[in-house]
Amino acid sequence: MVKKIIHTILIIAALVAAMSFTAPHNSMFTIRFENYVGDKPLRLDSVFYKNALGQSYNVSMFKYYVGNFHLTNSNGQEVVSKGYFLINQEEKNSMQVTIDNIASGEYKAIRFTLGVDSIDNCSGAQSGALDPVNGMFWAWNSGYIFLKMEGISPLSKSTGKRLEFHIGGYKEPNNCIKIIKLELKHPIKQGENNILVIKADAGCLFSGSNPVDFSTLSSVTDFLNAKSMADNYSSMFSVIDK
Amino acid sequence: MSGFIGDNKYFAISQKDVEFHIPKGYPKPFYNFKNNKPSPSGFVLGRKLFYDPILSKDSSISCGFCHQRIAAFAHIDHALSHGINGLIGKRNVPPLENLVWDNSFMWDGRINHLEVQPLSPISNPLEMNETIESIIKKLQRNNEYAAMFKAAFNDSVVNSRNILRALAQFTGLMISDNSRYDKYMRGEDTLSASELKGLELFRDKCAQCHKEPLFTDNTFRNTALSMDSNLRDSGVAAINGQMKDFMKFKVPSLRNIEMTYPYMHDGRFRTLKQVLDHYTRKFTKESGADPILVKGIQLTEADKSNIIAFLKTLTDQTFLHDRRFADPSGHY
Repeated sequence: MVKKIIHTILIIAALVAAMSFTAPHNSMFTIRFENYVGDKPLRLDSVFYKNALGQSYNVSMFKYYVGNFHLTNSNGQEVVSKGYFLINQEEKNSMQVTIDNIASGEYKAIRFTLGVDSIDNCSGAQSGALDPVNGMFWAWNSGYIFLKMEGISPLSKSTGKRLEFHIGGYKEPNNCIKIIKLELKHPIKQGENNILVIKADAGCLFSGSNPVDFSTLSSVTDFLNAKSMADNYSSMFSVIDK
Repeated sequence: MSGFIGDNKYFAISQKDVEFHIPKGYPKPFYNFKNNKPSPSGFVLGRKLFYDPILSKDSSISCGFCHQRIAAFAHIDHALSHGINGLIGKRNVPPLENLVWDNSFMWDGRINHLEVQPLSPISNPLEMNETIESIIKKLQRNNEYAAMFKAAFNDSVVNSRNILRALAQFTGLMISDNSRYDKYMRGEDTLSASELKGLELFRDKCAQCHKEPLFTDNTFRNTALSMDSNLRDSGVAAINGQMKDFMKFKVPSLRNIEMTYPYMHDGRFRTLKQVLDHYTRKFTKESGADPILVKGIQLTEADKSNIIAFLKTLTDQTFLHDRRFADPSGHY
């Protein structure tokens, strides 16, 4: 019994030691995503917004994949952090992500993938953000849904006046992967509890180069018709400089 | 007490049983088990999942319901797949063999990786009509499964990745490489005069698409089949929206073809003779048929008999009776 207790204490001590060594705080960098519609913070269900054509709609679900973050420091050098995060308006904890492998220094630009790179669409069973249980994987036609927006518009011709936009597709000519590049007016120091805040304007999905008319388009659930909306969402991000 | 590894010699799986070897003359596989090294416990878990109706919404059908071992894991004598509540699907059940050499799955290639393949029949409303989330919950409540996941995977977790990887260990090891044709090629057996004549004709007339040793070139082709007016299945075009792929379907392997009748993506032909009769018809360019068929394949009736005799040498009795793939619960 005594032996067992000593054993347990030793294991705990080893774990504590291991934790303090393997998680060097100074390689972490925090990014917070804040979803908006235009200049108003996004509220699920309760608020009706207007698209570019003045048509009313609300949002009941808004989630998307971001990943493969590249940060550029003031010397122009780039550091990379692999991996994906599922940003989900419904889960507050998902909105703030911590990427690792970021050396201390000052960063003036960021680049990341909106969606999932083609290789990660073809890599079999995955866990974490890419686990199919997250409802972001097309089981009938392998590939990830990059962005899901659902809601209601009085103009929708679908059952229940629903809007359902599931955007994805990694193969040409239906490639919906977008590389987002953002410049920071005020460089951010890694460490020091600084947080990069990125605004995502959900309204961009329906405006931009291919404005969406809800009376003729209320549902996209495969990659065949997704490309024009992906071109729209490529402009939804901006940096909130504080 | 079922489920204990080793309680029955016939169903016991050893380390040797799960070792993966590339058969002589076979190309490099697309799925090489690099991130999913088969183990006896992983394979046994995959086998249990494969034969367990728990994967379907009402626990009525399993993978093994449609994929029968005696038919090289096709559904013998069934033109179209079956699902829960007696529902009938839209495609002929393909055999499961040499899957690690496939770079895409299904008749239209819509699935891009062996590990994610089971998600499709699981979620198809005409097949198992179930969700992976619900399966995880059902398995987590089951003590026998909890123990098996613990034994099979370092992280012990009942999650989608471990479910899919266990299934891939089981199905990925379904390798057919010991037919009479294989033995002939290795110099271990002889073929009859008719079978040899058939092999010669096959290499001349068929092997361009049905390439040895896997008997497929993994391409998609329009074989001049008219679209069935009920199924309205346009093949690859239905999933990529491109007219150039209208009525294109995957070139299937011909291994164990004797056992996988009926034939074609919708099971429209009952016999190999009917398939060969179709391929020797005249097709115009306008029909959209593959250039090889437009050019024409000429075969006499004797040629057809010889080719069929050869095709039957692709039946792999070792594979069809491999005890490793038998259902230990005795359901199927």
